[in-house]
Amino acid sequence: MILDETARPLLDIRALRKNFGAVEILKGVDLAVRPKEVVSIIGSSGSGKTTLLRCVNLLEEFQGGDIILDGETIGYKTAGGKRVRLRDAELSRQRAMTGMVFQSFNLFPHLTAAGNVMLGLRKVKKMGKDEAFAIAEKWLSRVGLGARLNHYPSQLSGGQQQRVAIARALAMNPKLVLLDEVTSALDPELVQEVLTTIKGIADDGATLLIVTHEMRFAREVSDRIVFMEQGRIAEEGTPEVIFGEGRSQRLNEFLKSSRH
Amino acid sequence: MDAFLAQLWIARWPIFDGFLMTIGISVGAIVFGTILGCIVGIQLVFGSFLVKLPFRLYVDIMRGTPLLVLILAAFYVPAVLGLSLSAPQAGTLALGLFAGAHIGELVRGSLQAIPPGQIEAGRAIGLRFPQILANVLLPQALRTALPPWINTGVELIKGSSLLSMIGVGELLLKTQEVIGRNFMTIQFYVFAGILYLVVNIALDLLGKSLERRLGARL
Repeated sequence: MILDETARPLLDIRALRKNFGAVEILKGVDLAVRPKEVVSIIGSSGSGKTTLLRCVNLLEEFQGGDIILDGETIGYKTAGGKRVRLRDAELSRQRAMTGMVFQSFNLFPHLTAAGNVMLGLRKVKKMGKDEAFAIAEKWLSRVGLGARLNHYPSQLSGGQQQRVAIARALAMNPKLVLLDEVTSALDPELVQEVLTTIKGIADDGATLLIVTHEMRFAREVSDRIVFMEQGRIAEEGTPEVIFGEGRSQRLNEFLKSSRH
Repeated sequence: MDAFLAQLWIARWPIFDGFLMTIGISVGAIVFGTILGCIVGIQLVFGSFLVKLPFRLYVDIMRGTPLLVLILAAFYVPAVLGLSLSAPQAGTLALGLFAGAHIGELVRGSLQAIPPGQIEAGRAIGLRFPQILANVLLPQALRTALPPWINTGVELIKGSSLLSMIGVGELLLKTQEVIGRNFMTIQFYVFAGILYLVVNIALDLLGKSLERRLGARL
């Protein structure tokens, strides 16, 4: 993919700090993602990569730094010299700018595949039923589930459920899509269908920030790889650099231990 | 048997009135109790500490007090405060408050059983909290709460017989009045008992069929 190196970053994370009580999870993370760029975050568990994604989607509060999405500082404002969390309505509006796909799918079990995709369109985008259904149909077909519109999540396989979740996120037309270990909860034989779907979406020009343990997939799909270690970005570069011969000792060790 | 049927024919309207009163008060109480219970359950899960406190107190008092005491309290306390409630109104209030506490606990339990990922998925597509509550959480919670909710309905229908103590003309009191005229004690008590049983079995079957219809989706 050809990227405009001079374009303003779509996502600009500056000196992000996050702690749970006394435990510091993110110790000053700087990361920029340009429009249409696909960035994968790798690292051992506990390195803070999932927390980073959750901060971007404002599912977590953070104690320091800024997250700027498409020019807008999200999550917090400064009032009277103090940093205050925005109100629910504002947070919701900002969350709608990003889409998120979760490790455990989190589909709504009482709604059909189409109903899952339509909920945000109807309630957040205030679309009529027919318009929302048409979009749901389009996206579910895009992820290969055009014949499963009226199935409930319990009637779908894990891979199909995750593809519904991808359709649900993308139907909202987000500026940025966050994918949090989306294949980790899947049986091995179901992983590929989900990865293929994501690859297709990346090729369509979506901006993706991916947390993954699938090294081969990260290498194939990403423009840039970020390696996190103990709450910091330890290294970043193109897949060729990160997975190439000249990589550092610690990266080498991580890649060796994560190979399965 | 013929003598009983003859007496039953004579007493058909008073007993029918009593039956309607029992159903009417029970329906009123379950509607009131369900609305109240939803509010209570939501506050017990998502309210701040200070908001939770009065709701917790309400639930514990209602659940820790015999229903008959609640009924007597609903009948006598408002009068002291200068509110005049008729016996059926006081009875509906007592049963409704009782049901509200029980249903509140049901809704609380069902809401807490929903994985936190559901709220996060709702947030991630940009829903505000009230929208998540209405479209994601309550539809799931109310389904889980359906079987014990039907139970509460059955308890209310049975409990409504206690309203005879404050002179509400429901099925039991009307039956007692009929017995006072014809002295067929066993026959009419058994008959009233069968009426309660039939209504409760019908309610139970309704619940089971609803459960089957909704259960297919979860």
